[in-house]
Amino acid sequence: MQFTDILQYAFLQRAIIAGTLIAMLCSVLGVFLVLRRLSLIGDGLAHVTFGSVAMALLFSVSSVYTTIAAIPFVLLSAIGILKIAEKARIYGDAAIGIVSSLGIATGILLASLAGGFNVDLFSYLFGNILSISRTELIVAVVLFVVVLMTVGFFFNELFAITFDEELAVTSGIRVERINWILVLLTALTVVLAMKVVGIMLISALLILPAVAALQLARGFKAAIFLSVAFGVVSVLGGIFFSFIVNLPTGATIIIINFILFAITFALRKIRG
Amino acid sequence: MHGEVISIEGLSFAYQGSEVLRDITCAVKTGDYVGIVGPNGSGKSTLIRCILGLNRPVNGSISLFGVPQNSFQEWKRIGYLPQGLQLFNPNFPATVAEVVKLGLLSGKKAPKRFDHVDSAAVDRIMELMGIIAIKNKLIGELSGGLRQRALLARALVNDPDLLILDEPTTALDPETRESFYQVIKDLNRTKNTTVLLVTHDTATVGLYASRLLYLDKRIIYYGSFEDFCTSLEMTEIFGGHAQHLICRRH
Repeated sequence: MQFTDILQYAFLQRAIIAGTLIAMLCSVLGVFLVLRRLSLIGDGLAHVTFGSVAMALLFSVSSVYTTIAAIPFVLLSAIGILKIAEKARIYGDAAIGIVSSLGIATGILLASLAGGFNVDLFSYLFGNILSISRTELIVAVVLFVVVLMTVGFFFNELFAITFDEELAVTSGIRVERINWILVLLTALTVVLAMKVVGIMLISALLILPAVAALQLARGFKAAIFLSVAFGVVSVLGGIFFSFIVNLPTGATIIIINFILFAITFALRKIRG
Repeated sequence: MHGEVISIEGLSFAYQGSEVLRDITCAVKTGDYVGIVGPNGSGKSTLIRCILGLNRPVNGSISLFGVPQNSFQEWKRIGYLPQGLQLFNPNFPATVAEVVKLGLLSGKKAPKRFDHVDSAAVDRIMELMGIIAIKNKLIGELSGGLRQRALLARALVNDPDLLILDEPTTALDPETRESFYQVIKDLNRTKNTTVLLVTHDTATVGLYASRLLYLDKRIIYYGSFEDFCTSLEMTEIFGGHAQHLICRRH
């Protein structure tokens, strides 16, 4: 089979477009999250999507509406993480743990009520980028534009709070508001990414391109661009390689991501 | 012109029920160079943090340039170099130029965007601070002295009217410390920049500061350095010999 033959499949075209857009979002947000030590927020929010997906499946909601229905749940959970951390005076990781375990527990209960784990639920748990529909692609494109434009609009503020929150306060930046924006954008991206790599592996798509970029980057913007490059290469490589050798796409994407991280780590060590 | 840059009235601050600052009342005027000294835990950094709005006081009021602190917007007029940045992530992927440029955000309204004029301002301050040659180096790769220079450049890039420094020379060697303080002193003299310097180094603060604020949860002494040398309260705290040594170095 020729490479160009593969590209003629409509489902692959959709997977390539959606995968590239979502990889870009995860890679950009990942740099901010990793440097702000919020890496695991993606994991926590992904577990919430498990609860909302189980609920959608319980009520036999169609695939595209399952994704859309997850958005308010995940946004509310993101707000919940910030509020719990603030009001209960606990660290962010503990707040993420609370919301994350609540999401999983709810998902298991609802999945049990729906008659146990079925094929649909597994496709969300482990990802199925090749099954992305035309409507899901449109949702992905719209959310991509919204998230990327918001990041672009607040880029310097996001950079400032990532470098040092207190310096940002004394620069007149409303740190709390920018934190909210970052977490809400992450929530939207997590919803999009669940079909690409699956709920179980979303955090890897946020973390791995960013940490690989941080091994080599010689500046903040350079870190963002490198992260995007690694994210896109791993998603496209994962789609093609998994299609050719018939492997699960989500897991293949993450393995390629890890290999890129290992290479950059080795390069950094060699460079000294 | 000698307007009030900072005005503090009856300020008190407590952390988890324990008192850190009690009934602080003082004013800092344009062109003052105030050295804030006192023992560990005396509330020096807390006072600075209250002034900047990073800590919320229990009682009292603070005005910056005649505006109540909680509605103060002109952050461009203040340059701040905090103590904690010595502990920042050494692997943070930002170049010296990117960090210095961040200082310009305080003068911008949302969306906070940079333009070519900003790049020129960044180059100018880096030139002045002698760090232009390392503008593309990562901030984490610099020695302590160069990093502090870069962070000072960030604080100065807006040409602030008030410069607040919280133990800026901790962990610097004596030579670097000397040149660092010389830069601040020159700014105070040539541009009339008001300086607030928190330091534990009581022995040398008189070399630079024109006024001294001795804090131990409350103000023990606030006045000119000359008066400090004859203050009986300070004699009680330092002992006559130490006070004499400090004053001889002025």
